[in-house]
Amino acid sequence: MLILASLLCGFVFGLGLLISGMLQPTKVLGFLDIFGAWDASLAVVMAAALAVSGLGYRLSQQRSQPVLALRFDLSTKTAIDPSLIAGAALFGIGWGLAGLCPGPALENLATLSPKVIAFCVAMAAGMIVHDQWYAKRPATPKSGALAGTDG
Amino acid sequence: MNNFTPLSAAIGGALIGLASTMLLLLAGRIAGISGILGATLGFGTGERSWRLAFIAGLILAPLAAMLAGYAVPAPQMPDSWLLVIVAGLLVGFGARLGGGCTSGHGVCGIARFSQRSIVATIIFMGTAVVTVALMRHVVGG
Repeated sequence: MLILASLLCGFVFGLGLLISGMLQPTKVLGFLDIFGAWDASLAVVMAAALAVSGLGYRLSQQRSQPVLALRFDLSTKTAIDPSLIAGAALFGIGWGLAGLCPGPALENLATLSPKVIAFCVAMAAGMIVHDQWYAKRPATPKSGALAGTDG
Repeated sequence: MNNFTPLSAAIGGALIGLASTMLLLLAGRIAGISGILGATLGFGTGERSWRLAFIAGLILAPLAAMLAGYAVPAPQMPDSWLLVIVAGLLVGFGARLGGGCTSGHGVCGIARFSQRSIVATIIFMGTAVVTVALMRHVVGG
């Protein structure tokens, strides 16, 4: 059941990205290009998504556990640390270069575009490089070091 | 603002919010795509199956839309392959280092008023805007 529910959630998420136009990198770049012909659509997408998920998350807090799992698995991190700042900064540069972030990149694999495939392979490589490097850092405990991602 | 599409943006955004809510209510999980992908690539982490199912659903959506006769536009990517690869590396590395991406921080994190997510979203929006400005109006202009 959990697998089916996840499949359905991914599907609805994917329909949302598709209908909103956010699968098209140039549409995303149009939002980020505030000094050009600015397209505010992405702001509307985020506002609508936040309106629904903000309400939904509040509703879910009234439950002691999820419908199909034992517990809610939410990040407990609160510190604004250098990793968060540096990671977000690098992520934004990559996002601005191609207009693709992880959701639309994976979903666009459906189009079999060679450049999207290359982007996704590079993105996966970037993740693996990070995780390998993070696990080898001397100052961090090795077990569970990656458990605390926000999303 | 000639390309502004508020209606489809609002409908699509609401569906993204609905999917995020459903994943939390049903599975107790955050719909952060970089976290979901990162954990399926990692070694030794369990619970790959629901994550792979989510990614499969994501990819099935445009395929189903094509079958239903909806025109799915071909993604317009940068001309330079090098740029595509550098962008992918930065997106993957940065999302893992920063603990999330546009979905995990930008939608799910802000929805639960996480200060980390609000800060991350402001920073990645900021560097993305600067990057586009440099690429389009300084380098390419």
